Amino acid sequence: MAVKDLPGSTTSTQPSRLVEMSWDPITRIVGSLGIYTKIDFQERKVVECHSTSSIFRGYSIFMKGKDPRDAHFITSRICGICGDNHCCCSVYAQNMAFGVKPPHMGEWIINLGEAAEYMFDHNIFQENLVGVDFCEQMVRETNPSVWEKAKKTEAPNAHIHGYKTIADIMTSLNPFSGDFYRQALQISRYTREMFCLMEGRHVHPSTLYAGGTGTVATVQLFTDYYSRLMRYVEYMKVCVPLHDDLFDFFYQALPGYEHVGERRILLGCWGAFQDPDYCDFTYKNMTNWGRKMFVTPGIVIDGKLHTNDLVQINLGIRILLGHSYYNDWEGEETFMERDPLGNPVDRRHPWNMHTLPTPKKRDFANQYSWVMSPRWFDGKDHLALDTGGGAIARLWSTALSGLVDIGYVKATGNSVIINLPKSVLTGPVTFEWKTPKWSNAIERDRARTYFQAYSAGCALYFLDKAFEELRAGRTRSWEPFTVPKEAFGCGFTEAVRGVLSHHMVIRDGKIANYHPWPPTPWNGNPRDKYGTPGPYEDAVQGTPIFEENGPDNFKGIDIMRAVRSFDPCLPCGVHMYLGDGKTIETVHSPLSPFG
Amino acid sequence: MADTLVNVLWIPAGLSCDGDSVALTSAMQPTIEEIALGALPGLPKVRFHWPLIEYSLGGQEFLQAFFKAERGELDPFVLVIEGSIANESIKKEGYWTGFGNKPGTDQPMTLSEWIDRLAPKAWAVMGVGTCATYGGIHAMAGNPTGAMGLLDYLGWDWKSSAGIPIVCVPGCPIQPDNLSETILYLLWQANGIAPMIPLDEAGRPQWLFSATVHEGCDRAGYYEQGDFAEEYDSPKCLVKLGCWGPVVKCNVPKRGWTGGVGGCPNVGGICIGCTMPGFPDKFMPFMDEPPGAKISSTVSGVYGNVIRAMRNFTIQTVDQEPKWRHKGRELTTGYRPR
Repeated sequence: MAVKDLPGSTTSTQPSRLVEMSWDPITRIVGSLGIYTKIDFQERKVVECHSTSSIFRGYSIFMKGKDPRDAHFITSRICGICGDNHCCCSVYAQNMAFGVKPPHMGEWIINLGEAAEYMFDHNIFQENLVGVDFCEQMVRETNPSVWEKAKKTEAPNAHIHGYKTIADIMTSLNPFSGDFYRQALQISRYTREMFCLMEGRHVHPSTLYAGGTGTVATVQLFTDYYSRLMRYVEYMKVCVPLHDDLFDFFYQALPGYEHVGERRILLGCWGAFQDPDYCDFTYKNMTNWGRKMFVTPGIVIDGKLHTNDLVQINLGIRILLGHSYYNDWEGEETFMERDPLGNPVDRRHPWNMHTLPTPKKRDFANQYSWVMSPRWFDGKDHLALDTGGGAIARLWSTALSGLVDIGYVKATGNSVIINLPKSVLTGPVTFEWKTPKWSNAIERDRARTYFQAYSAGCALYFLDKAFEELRAGRTRSWEPFTVPKEAFGCGFTEAVRGVLSHHMVIRDGKIANYHPWPPTPWNGNPRDKYGTPGPYEDAVQGTPIFEENGPDNFKGIDIMRAVRSFDPCLPCGVHMYLGDGKTIETVHSPLSPFG
Repeated sequence: MADTLVNVLWIPAGLSCDGDSVALTSAMQPTIEEIALGALPGLPKVRFHWPLIEYSLGGQEFLQAFFKAERGELDPFVLVIEGSIANESIKKEGYWTGFGNKPGTDQPMTLSEWIDRLAPKAWAVMGVGTCATYGGIHAMAGNPTGAMGLLDYLGWDWKSSAGIPIVCVPGCPIQPDNLSETILYLLWQANGIAPMIPLDEAGRPQWLFSATVHEGCDRAGYYEQGDFAEEYDSPKCLVKLGCWGPVVKCNVPKRGWTGGVGGCPNVGGICIGCTMPGFPDKFMPFMDEPPGAKISSTVSGVYGNVIRAMRNFTIQTVDQEPKWRHKGRELTTGYRPR
C-alpha cells in the first residue's frame, strides 16, 4: 500500500480514539459494495479499510458448454450500466477465436456505439451520482465552513457556464431541484438514444455479433447520431470548465484535499476503439493493432509508461484468490501452456483459471468477499493496479504514449488535447488534459469530465470515417464466419470504469473456459495472499478526514468521495466503524435496531 | 387522496446487473423526475428508497426505511425486487446475495430473507426485469446458485395483502418506459384512481405484453413476401438467422428503446426472447434458426389458422420456465459443486 505522510499526523503516545462505522449498502453506485473502516478521530484519518462484495452469480460456470456465438449475449448481462462494453469485448474475443475481421463499417458503428456509452455513462455517474457528494445540501451538512467559502468564491469560468459563484455550481447539483442535475439526466437520455442508434438497445445491445453488426448503415442513421452529438459537444464546452472550477475550489478551500483517496500511481488501461485499417483481431499482430487503438493501452507506474504492448499486458495478468470465497484451482486442468507466439501462459492467467465458489461466513481475518484479487505481474511484483474509474487511466496512458493524433484529439506525450468544433452557440474550443500530480479522488473525478469530451472528439472522427465508407458505397457491416472446433480468443477494451478483458477457450465447438475480468474487481478486491490490499482499501486507508461533523453525526463524506471516485460498479455496501483504542464502539452499525 | 404517501422500496440486490434501475433513469414516458416530484395529475405523494439515486450515503440512514416497513410503519409500500433470487438453502453456510447486515449478526442479510420479511407486509410486490420475474440469465442451465424468479419463490398464485398478484415487468433489461408506465399505473391504483392492474397469466401488464415482437415489427412485411435476410446486416426479416420474434411477447420493435430509438429485429438485432419465462435456455443457441421458423417461413404465403396454431404451441412452450428453477434444498441445474 501507499504510505502517506499526512498533515496533522503525529507520533503522539496518547492512545488514539479509534472509531468504527458502517454503511451497507453504499448508495449511488451500481451494484453492492462493502467497505469497513476504522477511523482515528484524533489524527483525523482512516487507519484501516476492508472492501467486500456481497453477490455471486457464476457466469464462468454456467457459460461452460454453451455455444461460443452466444457469449456476448450472455456476458452483456454482467453489467447493467456498461453491459455493452462486455458485449463488445466478447465480440472482440470471438472475432479472434473465429478468425473473422469485420468490415470497416462494422467497426465504425461499434466505435460510435461505445463512444456514446462513455458519453452517457460518465455523464450520469458524474452529475447524478458522484455530483451529489459535491452538491449544496451535502456540503452544508458536512462542511458548513466550506459552504460559506463557496458563497464568497467567484467561479473563474462563470463567463462560460453562467454560475457566478462556486456555491451556485453546488446548488445546481442538488438532486432533482438543481438545474445542472436535471439537465444531466436529460443528456443521459439522448446519449442513450445515440447508443441505441448504433447498438439497438441500452444496456444489452441487440445488434452486435461476432463479425460486425446488424445495424444497417444509412445516411439517416449517421445524421441522427450527428445532430445529437453536436448538442453534446455544445454541452461539453460548458461542462469541462464548470468541473474545473468545482474541483480546483476543493484544493483551495481544503488544503491537503489532494490526499483524499490518494494512492500510488499504478494505473492500467487496456485500450479502446479499434482502427479497422490495422486491427485484424489476430493474436500475433495484437501488439501492433493494440497501439493503433484510439485510446492507447498502457500500464502507468509512478507516472511513467511501463508498457503499451497488449501481448505483454495480457501475459502479465494474474488472478489471486486472496481473501475471497473460492477454492484454489491447483490440480485442475491447464487450458493453454503457451500463447500462439510461444510465450508461456501462467497457471494463474484468466485462460487457465477455474471458478470454484465456496460460500462462507464473512470473516475479515479470513474470507470476506466474492471478488478475487486480480494483479499484474511485472516480473518481480504482483501489482495491485487500479483503473481510477477508467477515465484517468485512459487519458494518462494515451497521453504518455503520444500515439493518437486524429485532429479532434491528440496525445502529446504528457497531455491530451481535445479540439471541439463550432456549434450553435459557440465557436471552436480546445481543452487540454495534463497529467496530474496525484492519483486521487479529485483527479479521478476531473478526468471523467475530460474523457467525456475526448469521447465526443473521437465520435466526430468515427462519423467522418463512417460517412467516407457510406459515400463510397461500402455499407456492409457484417462478415460471415464459422466456429472452429478448437480455438481460443481474448478481447481487450475499456469498460466505462476501466480495464476489461474476456478470455475464451473453445473445445469441440463449445465454450470450455470463459473468464471476463471487468474493472471493479481490479479496484474493489480484498487483500491478496501477499497481504496487499485492493485499491479501494488502499486509497481509503490513510485518507484524511475533513468533514466537520464529529463521530456522533459523522457521514463519512471524504471516504465516500474516495470510494465513488473509482466509479464502483459491482453487486457490493460500504461499512465503516468508529471506536476508541481497544474497545471499539460501533456507532453507525447496521446491527443496531433502527429508530 | 392526493395526501396518500406511497413508499417505494427497491432492492436491487438479487443476482442482478442493476440494468433495470439504470433503464428507469432513461424513461421519458414518464420520467423518474415526474413521478418523484408528483408532476402528473392523480399521483399520490411518493417516496423512493432506491439505492441508485438515493441522496444519503448509504448504510443505516438508507436501510432504516426497510426495517420500518417490516414493522408496518411505512404502509402502504410497494416492494420492488431486481435480480434473480438465489437459493440460499443449497449450501452449508455463507450467502449468495446480501443487502445490509442481518440484525443481531455481522453477516449479510440475504435477498430471500428480505423478501420473507417484507413481502407479506407489502401493498404490492413488483418484479422488474426478467431475472426478478422468472429467473432470467442467472437461472441458466448449469448455474451454481439455484437462481429463480419471484413467481417461483413466492408462488405463481401469490397475492399481496391488497390482493394484487406479483406485478411482473420482464425484459433484459426492461424497456424503460414499460417500467415507468407500470409504476405510474400502480401509483394511480394506490391512490384509488385506477382499477386493479390488468395482468396476464405470467403477471405481465396486459397492455404491454399481449402482442408478439413479430406483430409489432416493421420488417414483418418482408416475412409476408417470403423475403428473408441471409446475413445479419441485411434490412430484411431475420427469422432464418435466429430471430424468435413470432413467438415472443414484447412490444419493443413497436415502441423502440430510448425515446422511440432502437429496438431489436426492427434495427437488425435478432429477438432472443429476453422477456419470456423460458429465457434464456429455450432460445439457445440464439443464432440458430428457431425450430418451426423453417416451416412457417416456407409457407408464409399460405397463412392463417395453421400458422397461428403452430405459433401458439411454441408460445406455450417458451412461456414456461425450465424445471430447475425452484425452492428447496436440492440444486437441479446440472452444476456439481466440488
